[in-house]
Amino acid sequence: MKRFRMSQQEIVFVVFALLFLVFSIFLNGFLTAENMLTLLQNVAVLGILGLAMAIVVIGRGIDISLIAALAVPPGLVLQMVQNGHSLPFSLLIAVLLTIAFGLVNGWLIAYAEVPSLFATLATGLLLAGLGQAALFQLDVVQWSPGMNGFERLGQGTVLGIPTSIWMFAIACIVVAFLLRQTRWGAYIYAIGDNPYAARVTGIPSRPIIVLQYVITALIGCFAGLVLAASVNSMPTRIFNSTLIYDVILVVVLGGIGLSGGRGGVLNVIIGTLLIGTMLNGMTIMDISYAGQNLIKGVVLLLAVITDSFLNPRNEETAQQGDI
Amino acid sequence: MRDTLTSLRYRYWPDHLLGEILSKRWTETAIPVILLLIVGFAFSRSIDNFLSPASLADTARQAGEIGFIALGLALVVIVGGIDLSVGSIFALTDFCALYLLDVAGWPVPAVVVATLLCGALLGAVNGVLVGYLRLRAFITTLITLIIYRSAYDLLIQRYSNAIASAFPDIPSWDFIGAGSVSGIPTVALVYIVVAIFGHIFLTRLRPGWHITAIGGSRRSAYNSGIPVRRTIALCYVASGVLTSIGALFFASRLGTVGGDIGVGLEVIVLTATVLGGITLGGGKGSVAKSAVGVLIVLLITNGLTTMNARGGVNRMALAGILLIAAMVDIRWQKNRTRIISKVYVAPTYHELPPPPPTEIGQGGPFEQNDKLRNVEAIGLGRIEAPEDVILDRHDNLYAGSRHGDIMRFLAPDYQKMEVFAHIGGQPLGMAFDREDNLYVCIGGMGLYRIKPDGTVEKATDETNRSMRSVNDDSRLRLADDLDITDDGLIFFSEATVRYEMDEWPIDGLEARGNGRIISYDTKTGTTRTELRGLKFPNGICVASDGQSILFAETFGCSIKRYWFAGPRKGAVEVVMDNLPGYPDNINLASDGNYWLALVGMRSPSLDLAWKMPGFRRRMAKRVPVDEWLFPNINTGCVVKFNEQGKIVESFWDLHGENHPMITSMREHRGYLYLGGILNNRIGRYKLDNADPNFVQYDKRWGKQS
Repeated sequence: MKRFRMSQQEIVFVVFALLFLVFSIFLNGFLTAENMLTLLQNVAVLGILGLAMAIVVIGRGIDISLIAALAVPPGLVLQMVQNGHSLPFSLLIAVLLTIAFGLVNGWLIAYAEVPSLFATLATGLLLAGLGQAALFQLDVVQWSPGMNGFERLGQGTVLGIPTSIWMFAIACIVVAFLLRQTRWGAYIYAIGDNPYAARVTGIPSRPIIVLQYVITALIGCFAGLVLAASVNSMPTRIFNSTLIYDVILVVVLGGIGLSGGRGGVLNVIIGTLLIGTMLNGMTIMDISYAGQNLIKGVVLLLAVITDSFLNPRNEETAQQGDI
Repeated sequence: MRDTLTSLRYRYWPDHLLGEILSKRWTETAIPVILLLIVGFAFSRSIDNFLSPASLADTARQAGEIGFIALGLALVVIVGGIDLSVGSIFALTDFCALYLLDVAGWPVPAVVVATLLCGALLGAVNGVLVGYLRLRAFITTLITLIIYRSAYDLLIQRYSNAIASAFPDIPSWDFIGAGSVSGIPTVALVYIVVAIFGHIFLTRLRPGWHITAIGGSRRSAYNSGIPVRRTIALCYVASGVLTSIGALFFASRLGTVGGDIGVGLEVIVLTATVLGGITLGGGKGSVAKSAVGVLIVLLITNGLTTMNARGGVNRMALAGILLIAAMVDIRWQKNRTRIISKVYVAPTYHELPPPPPTEIGQGGPFEQNDKLRNVEAIGLGRIEAPEDVILDRHDNLYAGSRHGDIMRFLAPDYQKMEVFAHIGGQPLGMAFDREDNLYVCIGGMGLYRIKPDGTVEKATDETNRSMRSVNDDSRLRLADDLDITDDGLIFFSEATVRYEMDEWPIDGLEARGNGRIISYDTKTGTTRTELRGLKFPNGICVASDGQSILFAETFGCSIKRYWFAGPRKGAVEVVMDNLPGYPDNINLASDGNYWLALVGMRSPSLDLAWKMPGFRRRMAKRVPVDEWLFPNINTGCVVKFNEQGKIVESFWDLHGENHPMITSMREHRGYLYLGGILNNRIGRYKLDNADPNFVQYDKRWGKQS
């Protein structure tokens, strides 16, 4: 007898379709071309961040500092251009900063063996504090004439589709290629599935973990650039927002278990669609910011509870102190 | 000249203390305390009035409030979790208190109870999720952080005006926030009371032990029947309640419900907890650590605020400290044993003159021969590690074994072997008292008494603790050999106070005077340390005069005499020094002389290394243990010496086949019985010209029917 069981991503997709349907029917102004465009625009940055988070979550880690990587290096680009540096030079510095940040994260987690949640919580604060204290003059770094042309990264359309969606698509393809077609991708899955087994089979697990966090930080920086380009500024206070919860929601709801080794780009896309629709619907319904956070928090909690039942922690490989 | 300097440097500089201090549990608290003193000193020098009474009282109020939250977090971290939602619980309970007081107009006691209940409820949500549903603590409390925070934001949107416009004038409420008892703020006072209870709770009460046990190993705790899920859940509840206590004081002090109350508080508290030395992942931590961590973090953040640092700097400083503290803690917990074992070995300068010759043809009392070649073997392959051998008045032979038993070989042919008594530790030296009780030194356990019927009793396992020792030297680590005086005083040697039984060769590598001689009075049951600072004291024998004992210092390569009675009471005199080997047990011979076993012979390489402490320390740090230079214990001999310290005769086994090592020998009815701690047999050697009726304990205590 063939059991009728749907995989998590199918369930989530059905939920998304239902939600979309309900919103379309009951919510005025949801199913308009204009709103769809906004929805997709908003979803793009979230989706790119989701991809970044997916890489570390598949490798049995988590990166809370992603929003700092999103806010600070792109903010630095804008600030440097404002101060008169050239755009390519500023980009280079920002990328170097991002790589350094990823290396610090990776080193702390892989070599100093600090739990990933804990390490990235602190490094995120460190980077945000650095930006606040030393890099930026104002909380919102403004667009300057030197940046002209760069806004096309986040604005306008190509072949009728918003550029930011293209960026999301490109990021999807790159990450999918990395995870599914390269040896490093296979290593990430192996480490996420069972770190000890991966290590004894000879996988260079520590360098691969460092690599994960560097790639994640770079993707985060890319998402920040897209965000800055689409709103023509970099609101660095975004670090204090609840964006990171949205990203975790995307990943967990999409079906990438927090215990690692499972999921892929498709899960991120589905999760992004669901969360994007939910956020957009709540905005149209004019739910206050705090109310939205409350709803998101409860949904995330339910998702994590469900996740812990669907992908229970492997007692053999769960570390002592794996909090 | 150089040797003199080296010897002075190693005599007066206490190298061994570093390892001993590091292996103490309190160093993990001492390091944050030192850090606190440094931070306090640095800020008091760079900021005026930093330590003024007003400023201190203000710091104490903040420290009390944050201290409560840190106590709760400490509990949760010790049980193996983490609670990031404390900042939001703080905000919500602050709101709860102010709403009930200002808007609902409840009396103060009711407000206090309701606020505590509110905190308990919010903590219980975490507790159920983490404890019973077994979610990941970090992510779960991160989510409840945002849920509670948004609930708080929704609530203050509606009620902040009502709360801000109310000015309740209730003395008892103000006393909570701003009052003080003889200069000490109320909050600090309450904190001290709660902290003292918390300390007793964690270290002395059963639930506290359960918490530590679960944090140390969740599975073992579960297997030993501790209610793991309930205990974890209750820790989160406690965290909620403690946070709400902090919030109560905060509410009564400031009376506001601003939007940013409690934002980032979890990072401050977490930094304090980790900086205090409470291990992430659980199992280790104390109230004192939590308090010290809070003080350090508060001094730093307040200092930075006073110095007008930008907001980002404060954030960076906290995050940086948090990271470094966590890193140090994790590395230390992981490598603690390895680091300590590396620095623990502290060799010292030890010089011996060139040994007397032993080679055939060189002459001298130690000249090698092959007398022990054809000894009879008793219990061959049936006994393991008979360090000492002894015979009772009925000619039965007793020996210790590696398995923690005293074995008895029955006279007359010594073929039948039986377990006389089971003790559990490795039996070393043995002696019979007047009533035929067998006293045995047990390595790692102490001095034990076995009655003639085989019942085992503990005589003593502790002595007075010396005040100047860092290691607790009150417990006996390696009781080695003993003898009993006519007055029933037992003198026994403890070879080393720095190493366990299985590490005894390392003490030889160190060549420090770590051993001592201890007396146990069989009449009063008291134990007293007689002599300290001996280089591996080993064999002990009451001398014929009845007023002194002879004892061997194995790595001092000497025999000394110690007067315990008579006119020279308390004096120590060298009987023989510069022996060619490492002396072990000493026993009476039938002709009034003494038998002495040399467990191994000295080698020029170790003699030289003993003069080079730096070399031995480098070796201990860089070379794996099994490749260290250890004293040779593969060839030995038995010698007989007289009261004046002159060697009369020596017995060798040139080929090392029968007795690779000899640690003990006992003369009985014209035979010499030989034991060795690495041997699988007991040797029996026929002595020429010996009294065929000599029975040591008949001679010692008088004949008995």
